[in-house]
Amino acid sequence: MKKLRRSMLFLPAANAAMLSTSFVYKPDSIMFDLEDAVSIKEKDAARLLVAQTLQLPIYKESGIETVVRINALNTPFGLKDLEAVVRAGVDVVRLPMTNSAEDIHELEQHVERIEKECGRPVGSTKLMAAIESALGVVNAVSIAKSSPRLIGIALAAFDYLVDMQTERGDGTELFYARCAVLHAARVAKIDAFDVVYSNVNDDAGFLNEVNLAKKLGFNGKSLINPRQIELLHNAYAPTAEEVEYSKKVVEAAEEGEKAGLGVISLNGKMIDAPIIARARTIIELAAVSGVRKAI
Amino acid sequence: MKIQKEALAGTLESSDLMVKVSPNSGIEIIVNSEVNKQFGAQIRSVVESTLAQLNVTDGLIVIDDKGALDCAIKARVQCAVLRGAEVEELDWSKLL
Repeated sequence: MKKLRRSMLFLPAANAAMLSTSFVYKPDSIMFDLEDAVSIKEKDAARLLVAQTLQLPIYKESGIETVVRINALNTPFGLKDLEAVVRAGVDVVRLPMTNSAEDIHELEQHVERIEKECGRPVGSTKLMAAIESALGVVNAVSIAKSSPRLIGIALAAFDYLVDMQTERGDGTELFYARCAVLHAARVAKIDAFDVVYSNVNDDAGFLNEVNLAKKLGFNGKSLINPRQIELLHNAYAPTAEEVEYSKKVVEAAEEGEKAGLGVISLNGKMIDAPIIARARTIIELAAVSGVRKAI
Repeated sequence: MKIQKEALAGTLESSDLMVKVSPNSGIEIIVNSEVNKQFGAQIRSVVESTLAQLNVTDGLIVIDDKGALDCAIKARVQCAVLRGAEVEELDWSKLL
């Protein structure tokens, strides 16, 4: 099955306790943040801490994808971050404030040089673009298609909304950006990640937003608190009814294939290739995440 | 690598450690830890190997450990030494 990226847990990279224990929460991806979560005077310490943490066998063995949000390359820290984390074996580098395809091209040139210098297979470091501005949203398609290393694009709301001269509300303010980023990801056949929900004490509000992101088609969401992981995974899990129906669809498709039927129907409803593919995905997802529990 | 000045790295939060390095003749390592009885030797061993990797032959290294994992010990010692040696350009082949 394709790598699941429902939950991407942000961790402040200067915090030794969080870095040493976060894998127990089993997010799909852990994102060590060297950018906004680290004060300028601790950038060197956080960079070393992330590099050493990435050597922990548990991160390689657990199947949790490691992501590092580096500082922007036009700061004194960005390239130093990149030198450290590519050599340390990070799975994915997340570039903040990606405004154009050229930003990704510049990043991948540095990554390729570092891979060659340290003997890491060229192309093994994946990239993710964070879109945080009106310009980035407008250029989302070209950004998403800019490199075969890109595994996804993420919308980041805080800076985007400042740029748009508005603020977080009921989601209307993010509607265009969400749709634009999501369409760009789908055009490029990469994953799309929704914004952080910052009120960690509001589970109902969080779940409303998760359900909206899921309905739109986002693969997952950036998270700032481990408490949100289980809620998110549960919301993305298929229901028992969906799994049951999907099994019937696949059975009907297999029987139809044996009988040489071009068109199959189930309970009087036509079943075509996209429905069969979706049913198979639901069955695979249920095998990984279980079925949705009532909350 | 020569420690030129006193330098600190880390915190006193749980699962972390504070490392203080200062110029000295020869290597002297002092480990203060709540888990010294159980892990003191292991902590000292990580500190020694980290210093050796950085070619540090002189320095007073004081560790205040709060139950940190080896990766955190290594990172904090590296950071304190690099700050104390005033090194900006890093040789990652010696740090990883």
